[in-house]
Amino acid sequence: MSQSRIMPGFRPALGFTLFYLGLVVLIPLSTLIFKSLQLGWQDYVNIITHNRVLAAFRVSFVTALVAAAIASFFGFIIAWVFTRYSFTGKKLMDALIDLPFALPTAVAGIVLATIFQPSGILGKFLIDSFNLRIAYTPSGIVVALIFISIPFVVRTVEPVLQEFDSRMEEAASSLGATRLQVFTKIIFPNIFPALLTGFALAFARGVGEYGSVIFIAGNIPYISEIVPLLIVTKLEQYEYAGATAIALTMLVISFALLLFINLLQMWIRKRSGQL
Amino acid sequence: MSILLNNISKNYGTFSALNNINLEIPAGELVALLGPSGCGKTTLLRIIAGLEYADEGRVILNGVDETDQHVSRRGIGFVFQHYALFRHMTVFDNVAFGLRVKHKRDRPSETIIKQKVHDLLNLVQLDWLHNRHPDQLSGGQRQRIALARALAVEPSVLLLDEPFGALDASVRKDLRIWLRNLHSQLHVTSIFVTHDQEEAMEVASQVVVLNKGIIEQQGSPSDIYDHPANAFVSKFIGQTNVFHVDSPSRLWLESTGLRPAMETQIAHVRPHDIEITKAVNESGASAIIEDWQHLGALIRIVLSNNLPHNETNTLVYAEMSNESFKQLELRKGDKVDVRIRQVHWFH
Repeated sequence: MSQSRIMPGFRPALGFTLFYLGLVVLIPLSTLIFKSLQLGWQDYVNIITHNRVLAAFRVSFVTALVAAAIASFFGFIIAWVFTRYSFTGKKLMDALIDLPFALPTAVAGIVLATIFQPSGILGKFLIDSFNLRIAYTPSGIVVALIFISIPFVVRTVEPVLQEFDSRMEEAASSLGATRLQVFTKIIFPNIFPALLTGFALAFARGVGEYGSVIFIAGNIPYISEIVPLLIVTKLEQYEYAGATAIALTMLVISFALLLFINLLQMWIRKRSGQL
Repeated sequence: MSILLNNISKNYGTFSALNNINLEIPAGELVALLGPSGCGKTTLLRIIAGLEYADEGRVILNGVDETDQHVSRRGIGFVFQHYALFRHMTVFDNVAFGLRVKHKRDRPSETIIKQKVHDLLNLVQLDWLHNRHPDQLSGGQRQRIALARALAVEPSVLLLDEPFGALDASVRKDLRIWLRNLHSQLHVTSIFVTHDQEEAMEVASQVVVLNKGIIEQQGSPSDIYDHPANAFVSKFIGQTNVFHVDSPSRLWLESTGLRPAMETQIAHVRPHDIEITKAVNESGASAIIEDWQHLGALIRIVLSNNLPHNETNTLVYAEMSNESFKQLELRKGDKVDVRIRQVHWFH
């Protein structure tokens, strides 16, 4: 560290970063850990292995993963259309994409619940024609999460698609590749790291989402009850230790998953020589 | 494989990029499409490749009308100015790409692909880099890999879009000679686009000069240099002194004893066609040496006219070898006699 650096200001910048991380992230999180330490190990295990808690974990993570996967697929297509084609109303549609960022999520939840409930416009249609119930089931949670998380995918993939060198596509075509081969062998591998970032953001948002989900999920214990709701319920019953135990567990699992996605991304970049 | 272009036209909105281009390129030639930027040369190359489609006209490759054929089925090799290497693949995978995307029934086995890719990498003298990624290579190396990649599919026509444009001067010089040698080994019909007349003259066996969407002249480099078809070609290929007959600069010509032919407007004189000798008679001398610059083997001399009417003065450039310049022992301000060996008259 004693040798001089080309970029000035390393120490103050790092200092600020650590200060910020400490103030905003680490101190609140360590309080969480501290609080749950008041429980003994056995109590902790008892709380988080309770069937209702385990079911809620399953609902939360499975719906978030499914929603992130679907959002990634559609988000990619939306980003593709926005970068590849020009058409009237594109600017308007572009602005609409960001709406879920600004909308209070509870509003989204209420609206979605209204149209997907059995007497709602879409809900009635789906039940009549496919016998498919969306509202008040885990599928409802997935629908809400897709709505919330699609802009994350679009906004991470879009700039990368925009920057993508279309000469690479032309080169591949001139070498005899079909449209499908150009997509699978040239475009997709170059976009994949960004898509993975979009997926990770969508997933993280989905796991933590509360406002929109509670209105459409029905919140039936063991079936459509999500972890954040369980935490709030515990808090309302003054079970602070129990709430923090669940929160901490959720935090650890989320962190592990996000770390895994980041490592996967790094591995892909390294393998393709982009590091 | 021969290339025949028939009445090719291409418009972008109201801008006419190419206007009725007719061009025939015999098999095995190395042709330069030469012109200033915006003259339509890259558009023409891309139309031959099938990366763009002409509004009118036919593209006939080896007797087969390929006008509506997709680029992937034309059997051409295309090399881009900025290489367009696949950055997520190694050098080896880049070169192997064209072989691996072939339909199952035409695709060679992986051992043959391996052999072929290494052969090509040896041909471009970069086999030792086969495990690297494009980001780890220099510009010159990337361009050679791009060429190897294009050659892998054994194209019948090789098209190069400003292949040396993004490289620095010394690398460019090496690669020009290297490309010429490679072409004499492979004999694949090749067209490259350039805005650098020196590059076109040095590398190509045929030069096609384009300007504002039309072909000004086609011929061998010496044809084009010695017998330019019009004022544009003469000015674009190499340095030239321009005299407008209806301007004061005509006095310059007349002072050296030249009379414009009937109906000609412009005279072009190449700097090396101006011969300078020490003035025999100071008052009758036609020019004064204003300045001179050392260009290596050549000396460029800046001359002004030794006429009584000074407002008619135009600066004229002459070139002579270092050796003869020393023998003349000329200094700034010396009066000299000028003889013009050759003039190109244009309308």
